[in-house]
Amino acid sequence: MIPTQLRTRLEQHVAAAVTSREAAVQVMKELQGHYGWLTDEAVGEAAQLLGLSPLQVEELATFYEMIYRRPVGKRVVHVCDSISCWAMGGESLLAQLAAHLGIGPGETTGDGMFTLLPCCCLGNCGESPTMMIGDNLYGWLTLEKAVEILQQESRSMME
Amino acid sequence: MEQPLFRHNKPGRSVTFDEYRAEGGFVALAKAMQGLSPDQVQQAVIDSGMRGRGGAGFPTGKKWSFVPRNLPGPRWLICNCDEMEPGTYKDRVLLEANPYSLLEGMVLACYAIGVRHAFIFIRRGYEQAAANLRRGVAECLQAGLLGENILGSSFSCDIDVHVSAGRYICGEETALMNALEGKRANPRSKPPFPAVKGLWGGPTVVNNAESLANVPGIIANGPEWFKGLARTPEAAGMKLFCISGHVAKTGCFELPLGMPLGEIIEGPCGGMRPGSRFKACLPGGASTPFFTEEHLHIPMDFDPVAKAGSRLGTGGIVVFDQDTCMVAATLNLTRFYARESCGWCTPCREGLPYVNHVLETIEAGKGSEEHITILREHVKLLNNAFCALAPGAMGPVDGLLRHFMDELREHIVKGRCPCKKDLCQN
Repeated sequence: MIPTQLRTRLEQHVAAAVTSREAAVQVMKELQGHYGWLTDEAVGEAAQLLGLSPLQVEELATFYEMIYRRPVGKRVVHVCDSISCWAMGGESLLAQLAAHLGIGPGETTGDGMFTLLPCCCLGNCGESPTMMIGDNLYGWLTLEKAVEILQQESRSMME
Repeated sequence: MEQPLFRHNKPGRSVTFDEYRAEGGFVALAKAMQGLSPDQVQQAVIDSGMRGRGGAGFPTGKKWSFVPRNLPGPRWLICNCDEMEPGTYKDRVLLEANPYSLLEGMVLACYAIGVRHAFIFIRRGYEQAAANLRRGVAECLQAGLLGENILGSSFSCDIDVHVSAGRYICGEETALMNALEGKRANPRSKPPFPAVKGLWGGPTVVNNAESLANVPGIIANGPEWFKGLARTPEAAGMKLFCISGHVAKTGCFELPLGMPLGEIIEGPCGGMRPGSRFKACLPGGASTPFFTEEHLHIPMDFDPVAKAGSRLGTGGIVVFDQDTCMVAATLNLTRFYARESCGWCTPCREGLPYVNHVLETIEAGKGSEEHITILREHVKLLNNAFCALAPGAMGPVDGLLRHFMDELREHIVKGRCPCKKDLCQN
């Protein structure tokens, strides 16, 4: 069950939309924010709110890169693997970060803090290599700088 | 050099509503509301010669004119800000600095086309830009520049901001409409074209953010002024070029259309970074065939770039130096496209992973002459895909075959990647 306050807000999004399913992405994102990832329960909640079947929600959820249909860590580290970052050493940055965290791309650290995901161009090509954690975009990365950012992100989650 | 889009920019922060207004913002909107008919606004944009800044380069005003005049029911305007073409970040830079030119341009476009309700479709990851736009919408509503009876006229319109969840295909205009409707973002067949049957079945115009942001300048200063901004008589307006890769100074610059490629690299980019020599570039984003040294004199405008065998695309220039393996670079691009294929049509869903596999084989030193033939065939075959994604994906492959055949063959003959950098792991 989701908190009444969240449910009310989601119902408002649906009511404000031209057709209810227009609000699907917004609803999925907010449910993901609540659960940490889009759980089976969240898919059911979304379906009910949007007047869709759970399968119809599933078909949307699996389409988008930033909707997680599997459990993720508290912070998801999206490392860009597209062309500008590649040219500036993004491939080795991802490999070094994976080694630093002791996990492979797509995996979550044992303490449940970080999930490492390669991702599409983040639109920060002038400052490559680059990564995004939550809503924060980080550029001009070196391994040292990236590790420092991970420590900051980790600390901000502890507080 | 006049910079209609960047002239309001403030170092390190966004321009405020009051600053934008004090610096001549919303003058175009006031001019239109007080004395121009919708047709006059549309005609000015047609006369300006502006071609769409999102990649395809279709004339903006002409696109508006395709919307049937007297069709009943709502019609829609969508600003395409789903900027996910690798190497492209101009709309983010524009909107982080100033959301108001776009909002003003959208109200003018709505007025010209007769739209009551418009959308900005913006990608996930552009959270600051989206926040600026939401704030801008609220400020414009407050000031009577948006909403009911704009500036006391009988014209009303609203703008909604829709933040997507990350998928390249959403930038394809018909896929975007499905995404906005809350459906899986597969492209739709054309015809019917969006201007006739688009969002929720109504007439719809989809314009890139940079195109719309240029509309206030055209209305305030006239079409001739806009044309005159360009470097060459054939080109029209300024263009946001965003440069990444091995240059000394990367960045997003507002430059006259028609400025030669070499001048962009030597001028605003300060040349190549120390130790680097220019080898090649993607002139307009990830889907455009490579340019090489022989193209440095080409004026960066739609027709000259097309005539030289590539596309101006988004204006996202990705520069590679002498140590870059062009097979590996192309492989990175095909991997992106294979992953981003929406899976709707067979040529794209099956063809791109196959092309990717062939390039992987060559890069790993296990290629043969036959693989080159396969790549050549697929440049042609993937034109049969349902939308522009797969043909775009084959752009760099086409460039590789035309300009770097020696390097490609060297991989096959030597049985390994001949490039020295750690970029190539083989």
